[in-house]
Amino acid sequence: MAHGILKKLKLAVLGLAALASAAHAGESIVLASTTSTEQSGLFNFILPIFEKDSGIAVKVVALGTGQALDVGRRGDADVLLVHDRAAEDKFVADGYGVDRRDVMYNDFVLVGPAADAAGVKGARDAVDAFGRIAGKGVSWVSRGDRSGTHAAELRFWQSAGVEPKGQGWYKEAGAGMGPTLNMAAGMGAYTLADRGTWASFRNRQDLAILFAGDPRLYNPYGVILVNPARHPHVKRAAGERFIDWITSPAGRRAISAYRIGNEQLFYPLPK
Amino acid sequence: MFPLTVRELRWAAGGRQVLDGLSVDLGGEGITILLGPNGAGKSVFLRMLCGLLEADGGSIDWGTGARPARGIAMVFQQPRMLRDSLLGNVELALRPLGVPAAERRARAQAVLERVGLAGRAADSARGLSGGERQRLALARAWITRPRLLLLDEPTASLDPGSVDAIERIVREIRTEGTRILMTTHNLGQATRLADDVVFIDAGRVCEHAPVQRFFARPASQAARLYIQGELPWRMAF
Amino acid sequence: MNGLGLAFSDAFALLAGFDRRVAEIVLLSLQVSGLAVLFGTVLGLPLGACLGVGRFPGRQALVVLLNGCMGLPSVVVGVVVYLALSRSGPLGKFGLLYSPAAMVIAQTLLVVPLMAAIARQVVEDAWRDYEEELTAMGFGWADSVRVLLHDCRHSLLVAVLAGLGRAMSEVGAVMIVGGNIEHSTRTMTTAIALETSKGDLPLAVALGLVLLAVILLLNGIAHALRQWAMRRYA
Ligand SMILES: Nc1ncnc2c1ncn2[C@@H]1O[C@H](COP(=O)(O)OP(=O)(O)OP(=O)(O)O)[C@@H](O)[C@H]1O
Ligand SMILES: [Mg+2]
Repeated sequence: MAHGILKKLKLAVLGLAALASAAHAGESIVLASTTSTEQSGLFNFILPIFEKDSGIAVKVVALGTGQALDVGRRGDADVLLVHDRAAEDKFVADGYGVDRRDVMYNDFVLVGPAADAAGVKGARDAVDAFGRIAGKGVSWVSRGDRSGTHAAELRFWQSAGVEPKGQGWYKEAGAGMGPTLNMAAGMGAYTLADRGTWASFRNRQDLAILFAGDPRLYNPYGVILVNPARHPHVKRAAGERFIDWITSPAGRRAISAYRIGNEQLFYPLPK
Repeated sequence: MFPLTVRELRWAAGGRQVLDGLSVDLGGEGITILLGPNGAGKSVFLRMLCGLLEADGGSIDWGTGARPARGIAMVFQQPRMLRDSLLGNVELALRPLGVPAAERRARAQAVLERVGLAGRAADSARGLSGGERQRLALARAWITRPRLLLLDEPTASLDPGSVDAIERIVREIRTEGTRILMTTHNLGQATRLADDVVFIDAGRVCEHAPVQRFFARPASQAARLYIQGELPWRMAF
Repeated sequence: MNGLGLAFSDAFALLAGFDRRVAEIVLLSLQVSGLAVLFGTVLGLPLGACLGVGRFPGRQALVVLLNGCMGLPSVVVGVVVYLALSRSGPLGKFGLLYSPAAMVIAQTLLVVPLMAAIARQVVEDAWRDYEEELTAMGFGWADSVRVLLHDCRHSLLVAVLAGLGRAMSEVGAVMIVGGNIEHSTRTMTTAIALETSKGDLPLAVALGLVLLAVILLLNGIAHALRQWAMRRYA
């Protein structure tokens, strides 16, 4: 009987070892990125091209930008692909990352109920649109998760001179882009979304794009190698290879080629 | 282990003095039957001999001194069987003795043969009738070849045929030199099996006598009433 | 077709078409949760049995702790395991984060208390029945645990199934320590969470139905085995 337990334990440990080694077979890097990029389907389109080219598998962990930067700080990823320029620069300045490069941009869109009670459709610019929403006090769902989108939203409120926190119409989801859109759809509320997630989002119900196109809504993505000097296990060569590729003409072509229903979602940077 | 000298055993539970100065001397041979009304403390006494209960006071002298770790087996009033075959239940008793598996099985098979259950060795023990279950419990005790066997009402609620079967097995175990201590409320059985009778009432030994003497001329009033079947009635009200 | 109808037809298509990607995540879910339950069986059941049989100071407190741990949110376990396995954590040097092994570790921590708590109750009840017999036969504490574990095997199957159910259905822990990486750590539940956040609710429900089908299948097999065994040694 004791023998049986030991045998089972041995079996379990062997199984675990097999799983662990299977996961480590072949070269791979961990890319911490944002839910918006992952959910837009971009990675599914461009990563196979890179993997075929380089033989390096890219494992994408999709988080908010803030979380992704945390994961990088702890050394749990090799490369980051995020969108919050200020936070990215701080990450590099603090010595957590090296070799930050611009990769691409997409844009944010203001979505809300098609009836548009706040009249956002007629706004002069993005700041005006946010002002109208606050003025009318229509329901707003914020990501509230320290993501790049969340950071961008807070910048717009500030520019519009609005302090939304604590207002009855302002709800913080504390969730990714998709769940936030699910909430907005369910409540008939406004929210700020990235075009990629919006384009692949299927539970729109009554939601529609009400405002877009202001250059201030542009949403630039940067790629950063986690500092190998700080975290020696970081796969420097493979990570650099990925960074080189995604910023190379081949990478730019792949990014430009990704479309959902004829709509291009991401534009390579620098233009 | 023998002679076994029990002196002034005391044990209280739930505010009642269950054993109240129980003393008895037991020699190394034969079958002793413990008689006494319900609640007299017979089962408690057997449990103490088995090492399952600790006395509050008094002493049990096992001849050489401390209670031997081996050589005592007990069959409970309501024997419990594992969810296993008859064979598995019987060989179980040999496991603490460190008997190798092959020998365990052989001995289990042999002892099942002797209690007349060999044909059902592979059946589930949980599916046995009351009488069969008691025989199995006897087999489980017997297989360890105990020096002292404690039987707590092994034939309670059995039909006459089953009672007879059990008695035959008990006699056979005795002929192998096992000292047997047994409780019963079946006075006929006591006369058939016992060499001597210990009569217990209210946690003390009222009388210890050879079986013929006990039934012919009980010395204590309590024993007399019990034999006449009156004591249990008085106890009930 | 409405959302639910769509979900059912999607689920059927996923099952009937034996979608390769679905098969992959079903397989990974089974591997990860299966291993976690195997660890749970080997560690949790004896642990619970020891608590059911043993009498030592602090036992009651342990029982309460164990019962309480049954309700431990999987996210909490996930965060704790994440912090432990993180490169900056105490076990960082093994590089297990974002691997199936990390998910097995997290789920093991989730199911061990659950399985131990159920085993404790089952074995304690049995011990009440057998204590005198086993003690009289000379079984020590550890040997009694072994005998009872074997004797209660049919009832303990419930503990195993409960563990499997919890492991297969939890999403908080595997999401955090596995990272929901496609082709690597994406399980049924993290895939469901992903499809939900993409707003593809019918596909999410369809995957949920596939998960339900898998769990039902496993339970069915277990039930049949149990029936068969019980008929033998009721
Ligand atoms: N573990 C226990 N805790 C409390 N009381 C107990 C315990 N065991 C026995 N008793 C009490 O001790 C008394 C004697 O019980 P015991 O089982 O020894 O009687 P008995 O002589 O075997 O009776 P019967 O002929 O009915 O079997 C009873 O009143 C019983 O309730
Ligand atoms: Mg009794």
